[in-house]
Amino acid sequence: MPEATFLDANELVINMGPQHPATHGVLRVKLRLDGERVLGTECIIGYLHRGVEKIAENRTYAQFTPYVDRMDYCAAVTNGMGYVEAVEKLLGVEIPPRAQYTRMILAELQRIASHLIWLGTHALDIGAMTPVFYTFREREEVLKIFEEYCGARLTTHAFRIGGLQYDLYDGFERNVVKFCDYFLPKIDEYEQLLTKNRIWIRRTRNIGILSAEDAIALGVTGPVLRGSGVKWDIRKAQPYEAYDKVEFDVPVGEHGDTYDRYLVRMAEMRQSVRIIRQCVERLGPGPIFGKVGKVIKPPAGEVYHSIEAPKGELGYYVVSDGTVNPYRVRVRPPSLLNLQALDKMARGHLIADVVAIIGTIDIVLGEVDR
Amino acid sequence: MAESAFKFVTATPLLLALIKILIVFAVVSGIVAYLVYMERKVLAFMQARLGPMRVGPWGLLQPVADGLKLLLKEDIIPAGADEWLFLLAPAISIFAAFTVFAAIPFAGNFFVTDINIGLLFILGVSSLGIYGIILGGWSSNSHYPLLGALRSAAQLVSYEVAAGMALVGVLLISNSLSMVDIVNRQFGMGVWNVFLQPLAFIIYLIAAVAETNRNPFDLPEAESELTAGFHTEYSGFRFALYFMAEYTNMVVVSCIAVTLFLGGWLRPFANFAALDFLKFTPIVAFLGAAVFVLWLGLKSSIALDRYFFMVLAAGCVVLAILVAYPPVLSAIQGIFWFGAKVLAFLYAFIWYRATFPRYRYDQLMDVGCRWMIPLALANLIVTAVGRYFWLSHHVATTVTWLGR
Amino acid sequence: MADEKKEPPKAAEGVGGGSLAKPDAGAPSKSPAPAGAGSGVPAAPAKPPAAAPPKPAAAVPPKPAAPKAPVKPDPWSSPLLDELQKRFPGAISEAVIFRNMPSLNVAKEHLVAICQFLKGPDGGAYTLLTDETAADYPKRERRFDVVYHLYTFEGNTRLRLRVQLGAEEKVASVTSIWPTANWLEREIYDMFGVVFEGHPDLKRILLPDEWVGHPLRKDYDILKQDEAWVKANLGIKSGQ
Repeated sequence: MPEATFLDANELVINMGPQHPATHGVLRVKLRLDGERVLGTECIIGYLHRGVEKIAENRTYAQFTPYVDRMDYCAAVTNGMGYVEAVEKLLGVEIPPRAQYTRMILAELQRIASHLIWLGTHALDIGAMTPVFYTFREREEVLKIFEEYCGARLTTHAFRIGGLQYDLYDGFERNVVKFCDYFLPKIDEYEQLLTKNRIWIRRTRNIGILSAEDAIALGVTGPVLRGSGVKWDIRKAQPYEAYDKVEFDVPVGEHGDTYDRYLVRMAEMRQSVRIIRQCVERLGPGPIFGKVGKVIKPPAGEVYHSIEAPKGELGYYVVSDGTVNPYRVRVRPPSLLNLQALDKMARGHLIADVVAIIGTIDIVLGEVDR
Repeated sequence: MAESAFKFVTATPLLLALIKILIVFAVVSGIVAYLVYMERKVLAFMQARLGPMRVGPWGLLQPVADGLKLLLKEDIIPAGADEWLFLLAPAISIFAAFTVFAAIPFAGNFFVTDINIGLLFILGVSSLGIYGIILGGWSSNSHYPLLGALRSAAQLVSYEVAAGMALVGVLLISNSLSMVDIVNRQFGMGVWNVFLQPLAFIIYLIAAVAETNRNPFDLPEAESELTAGFHTEYSGFRFALYFMAEYTNMVVVSCIAVTLFLGGWLRPFANFAALDFLKFTPIVAFLGAAVFVLWLGLKSSIALDRYFFMVLAAGCVVLAILVAYPPVLSAIQGIFWFGAKVLAFLYAFIWYRATFPRYRYDQLMDVGCRWMIPLALANLIVTAVGRYFWLSHHVATTVTWLGR
Repeated sequence: MADEKKEPPKAAEGVGGGSLAKPDAGAPSKSPAPAGAGSGVPAAPAKPPAAAPPKPAAAVPPKPAAPKAPVKPDPWSSPLLDELQKRFPGAISEAVIFRNMPSLNVAKEHLVAICQFLKGPDGGAYTLLTDETAADYPKRERRFDVVYHLYTFEGNTRLRLRVQLGAEEKVASVTSIWPTANWLEREIYDMFGVVFEGHPDLKRILLPDEWVGHPLRKDYDILKQDEAWVKANLGIKSGQ
């Protein structure tokens, strides 16, 4: 045995990750422990840094579109949507309604898919093994729709600046409605497994409480913020596409704990189905491309555009100098800023809760590190 | 020749015991290997997937492949580990798990030995298994294993108490520590202990899951928290030993539960002559297995699988015919019912795993110390009082009357 | 980036249905990139083919861009701005609104005070710092922009603050006002080398601690890397 071991120390410092089953990729959390109680955490990120923002400066606006899919690879459609909308805003282009509704349908499907991954992995982290297989089964149906639409399942590159590359295939509406009908009962199935499960409640109630003030101060957005009781959804507050024309509710939590965030996301999936149904109804014929040229050359200027991605506010700050290359593209990833709240949420809890809290924040490291 | 050999064996207790031990060891090892397969299959079907399908027809050779793989892997000893203890620890675990089988009566006519303190022996030896876990976790000189080991120690100690007290209730009714006597007593009373000690049964059931480190109490190896818990640093065959020990422990606690609460090798309603037709269940079971296997085979699109399953079905039919032969049928009764009950228990273990999230460490202790131990204690007191005044005499006579 | 150089012939297409005055061809004189030259051909004021919206350029080959007036940010006026001018005279050098987003240039000395004011109820309760980032303009006298995007739940509006910094200048951290800024400022430090005074834990966040250089600066080539670090830590000659 070596002379001095960690057993001599009063405080145990342990590295969770970068290779760890519950850190959703390559997150490394340095935990300071007293027994199993967490005294402090420090997130060490950047293991997946690819310099996406630098790449953007060396590509044209259109060429950069596929790259954004690789950030939050669990929600490529919304990532792409945020970027193309930001550039459209810079160009000052309106896109036709058919394209808008198509985007909304795909984005909401993506939200469902992303939440399904969250639910499965979150439950798996807490030790419930089965939901992950059910959620992946349903996610598969979403991916099939994506695949039939644009040929890709994961990094879809579904949208183009100015509209859509492809019009919808025959039977798209039917497939989407079929999925909605199929999916709603499945949410009940997940809830049967978890919502009233005493162990699940004990593992999530009062765990990782984030008050509304703390959440806002820490820049937390998305379901995590709503779980803390702040009724703020960019789709409602500053509608983009045609979100102002559809009806949906913004579910909020009360206590700001892990259980509330779970409920919020479950409710959001139902709302997404609701939005999808309305969009399909309004999906009239028409052009799918706005008035954008082959070469995208926005005027000099800068925009900040953000959308409600499944994980929170996804913002793009695009600076143009009037050339075909963006001068600067900044991505405001929801995961990064939500992850910053981990320390606040995890302090004083046990190791097992850290895992639950990482799960409830719903991070994707591709997006955190970019 | 064969006859004289048989006489020699029966006349030499040591040799007889050795042969029995070999049989039990081989059978239990096989069962454990296929328990893993069963777990994977059952979980798979509960989770909308197929489970192992590649190695052999329906993945039936998967345990063999797994075993070979683990045998061939490098046996890593981490730098800074306490080498001796590190090597010894898995052996302790598996040793404790297997030794217990010496005192378990698989049937009225088949057990390795019947010691008059059988239950104490079982409890004592199976508790030794914890040393394997603690030493393994500690000697790895690594954070996660240490945390896993500590959790395990706390968990086992607290749940052992609850389980032990639950079992004492049974002892009070049975008047004996010998496992064979306990079963015989249930036969004599004509009622399984589970109906006399329902609370004890439930407490034991929960404690058993905790003691075997199974979901929802699988904290010592909670994958998402502690990577692999106490065996994080183990690889190759030493890891396999831990793995086997865990599954063997599942079989052990199931055997104990069946023996103590569910009438061991007795068939349901053993005292009711009117239900004697139940003794033909083994034949039906084998025939049913044949039909099921045949159905699987016909469904399969792979020619080799089809032949294999047909042969397997034929084998089942042959077994059914063999079992139908009256002497064999009566000889096999005990082991069949024992096996069926244990299987039901194991299935329940797997079922829990598919259903429940994992308790947190402090919640687990909370459940153990604040609920299970007081309840077990209350149960013990009520049983003692009841037995003193009423139960021993009264129920026994009523039940004997019923069974007539 | 050879592809851009091939683009110009097509680039001349004249952006989409040019019925709007807004899009396209930012000030040709300024555009430094070679591709930008394509739009410089000042031909007939080109009625763009409004009839065929989806694919305007492909059909009509060299449709030169209309020399429209470049899109310019408008000056911004609002009670909030007046209030700011009143309270912090001389602190705001520019106030414009572009694409519905007001943007203020703030002198760095007043930054913290202004942020504090904006966060308070009088300043519009900009309680959420949605983003903080930077941009590098090496040709400018003060090369860095540190950009803050604020949001107020009450007014449901966003506001952009901008602080211009010289190469060696430091700026005060706003972590005391919005704790969010912690990681964001670390990232800016990491990527641009801008130092924030009063930051609790200013160190690299995405890149390795020992990395030399700040990749999002414009003079950091896309193929450049810290060779020594790569060799020492990855054991390879180059990550490219």
